[in-house]
Amino acid sequence: MATHASTDLREPPGPMAPEPFRVSRRRRETRDTWTLEFEPVTGVPLELAPGQFTMLYAFGIGEVPISISGDTEGPLVHTVRAVGAVSQAICASRPGSVLGVRGPFGNSWPVEDARGSDVVVVAGGIGLAPLRPALYEVLRRRGEYGEVALLYGSRTPDDLLYRRELERLRGRFDLHVDVTVDSAEGGWHGKVGVVPKIIGGARFEPDSTVALVCGPEIMMHFAAQALLERGVPGERIFLSMERDMRCGLGHCGHCQLGPTLICRDGPVYRYDELRELMAVREL
Amino acid sequence: MDTIETVLRDVPLFGGLGSAELETVAGCGSNVRFRSDEMLFRDGDEAETFYVIRQGAIALEMFVPSRGPVTIETLEAGEVIGWSWLFPPYRWHFDARALSLVRATGFDGACLRGKCEADPKLGYELMSRFAQVAIERLQWTRLRLLDVYGYARVD
Repeated sequence: MATHASTDLREPPGPMAPEPFRVSRRRRETRDTWTLEFEPVTGVPLELAPGQFTMLYAFGIGEVPISISGDTEGPLVHTVRAVGAVSQAICASRPGSVLGVRGPFGNSWPVEDARGSDVVVVAGGIGLAPLRPALYEVLRRRGEYGEVALLYGSRTPDDLLYRRELERLRGRFDLHVDVTVDSAEGGWHGKVGVVPKIIGGARFEPDSTVALVCGPEIMMHFAAQALLERGVPGERIFLSMERDMRCGLGHCGHCQLGPTLICRDGPVYRYDELRELMAVREL
Repeated sequence: MDTIETVLRDVPLFGGLGSAELETVAGCGSNVRFRSDEMLFRDGDEAETFYVIRQGAIALEMFVPSRGPVTIETLEAGEVIGWSWLFPPYRWHFDARALSLVRATGFDGACLRGKCEADPKLGYELMSRFAQVAIERLQWTRLRLLDVYGYARVD
């Protein structure tokens, strides 16, 4: 009888094997976006850093990279926009469902290095989700930072993420929160305009500010320009990039951005290092 | 109490103008206030004035049948509203509504046009500044035309 090389089941699973996580809470944010909270089936929580992402696997359907959107000292939280088969399946997962999680992967927002500086968080659309853990971290140690501002733009008032939380944050005396939308009809008494425009109204010392920016790439480009015009040096502006991350380990090359791989070297980049790559159309 | 000329010194639109020029411009201005929800002007009205907002916020709106008023843009303290006074037929193209109590300085367009015609250097300075405001608003409008939040990488 022929023998076959067999997998040793006692070996720990490699980084390509998803760990089972159970959905413990699910909350609808907008018409197409949901926030899900997870607990590890194994009981072993992940060690998370603000800005990182995991590969979230809807069994039998597929896997997508999703940024961490909760407090890194709490359970794993993801905010997911349903834009395809996999993300739709993830958003439809009710409490009790089990999904696969690999990671976390990638680097993090420079929250530690920003101590002693003013911090400006600039978010567009679902780009607020990857920035929320960084904001929690800064607010947890609020005394170690100077001025802190959250500048957030979305398509319409109905597309604003974490609406109640934003209203609560606006009530803080130690945080400047400014929100704008691209268009609005009756009932909206807030700002209408693009998010780079409201950078001009935020209070911060440009040369001692760290800016964290996340949103659609073209929005980040204009936000970075507005920050540079205010005098924030390029090496103090950080952007989170998105490409087709698949393995999360820097092996498959799908998320290549010039000489870098976003899953390995990013997703957070310094603007002065990224600027030329952003200008290359083929990238 | 601050004079209009003093107030204008802090308005980006007038940055770099000399004292004599500021005094000339201020001569066409007067302080005004609008209650929340009060209309500054309406689409089609004669455009006789432009405003520099000192306090509060204003919504530029367009009334769309079956949808009602749609906000095109909001403007705040330090910003200028209105350039229809510069060019014939001197008619507003939008509605403007105060979103809160608004304190502003209103400028008589005919008065200012007269001064610009009499003093081409001042006319050039003001025209350049208004062109800069118009270009900036055009750039932001172009960015909104891209509908950057409407598209997502499909998985």
